[in-house]
Amino acid sequence: MSEALHYHFDVDGANFSNAGRASVETKKLLRQIGVPAETIRRIAVAMYEGEINMVIHAHGGDADVYITEDKILIQLRDEGPGIRSVEEAMKEGFSTAPENIRALGFGAGMGLPNMKRYSDDMHIDTKVGVGTTIELWYNL
Amino acid sequence: MKISDVARILDARVMTGGDMLEQEVHSACGSDMMSDVLAYVKDQGVLLTGLINVQVIRTLLMMDMNCVVFIRGKVPPEGIVEFAADNGVAVLQTELPMFESCGRLYMAGLGRECGCDPAPDAGCANGNEDE
Repeated sequence: MSEALHYHFDVDGANFSNAGRASVETKKLLRQIGVPAETIRRIAVAMYEGEINMVIHAHGGDADVYITEDKILIQLRDEGPGIRSVEEAMKEGFSTAPENIRALGFGAGMGLPNMKRYSDDMHIDTKVGVGTTIELWYNL
Repeated sequence: MKISDVARILDARVMTGGDMLEQEVHSACGSDMMSDVLAYVKDQGVLLTGLINVQVIRTLLMMDMNCVVFIRGKVPPEGIVEFAADNGVAVLQTELPMFESCGRLYMAGLGRECGCDPAPDAGCANGNEDE
């Protein structure tokens, strides 16, 4: 994707209140570029869930948005604990989030399923003890 | 119905968004789990919640929803109201509990305007059929 527009965001893992900032910014950018509203919403929701996950589980990380003529890639990268079982994590309702996160309205085990639901293609590269990179792909 | 109708039906206080009262809403969702809102809501509409934090407003922004009702007499702090105001989200606040709030709006026709059944998931009443 050499000719892609590229935007980078640091996802601050220290403060739950900041989770979602990158998604809000990305949403504004995509609106300026003229991406269809429904596509923007799908990207925003999936990226938001990803950001929340990074803050809950991995002390934050990096979010990169690449835009070409016919595709958008959202890449979320962290150096957190990794996902022990992707298969289990993909089940709706499965969560390893602590109880205090549930009290904040998340940790219902919908994060990864929502990201898959709201992307055209999703790749998860994860290694326990090393980190996780998730790619969310969209066709324009 | 309009946001002003929602406020009237719920005896709600308008904390911000006084200039948005004429905007139409077509559906509603009652939930304290934001992930469920992100999973199931289809149409722009009202979120009723007893959860108070800034992620409630961000969830609305992601979903293109334009009105939140904080229920059970919960009062959001000024920072949350300001954040909502800056981003074009109307904030209402009612003393009613969740069950009665949803019931009143449902009985008044919210989410049923197209005549189809509301979606059964997550306590949400959508105008459209679910997947």
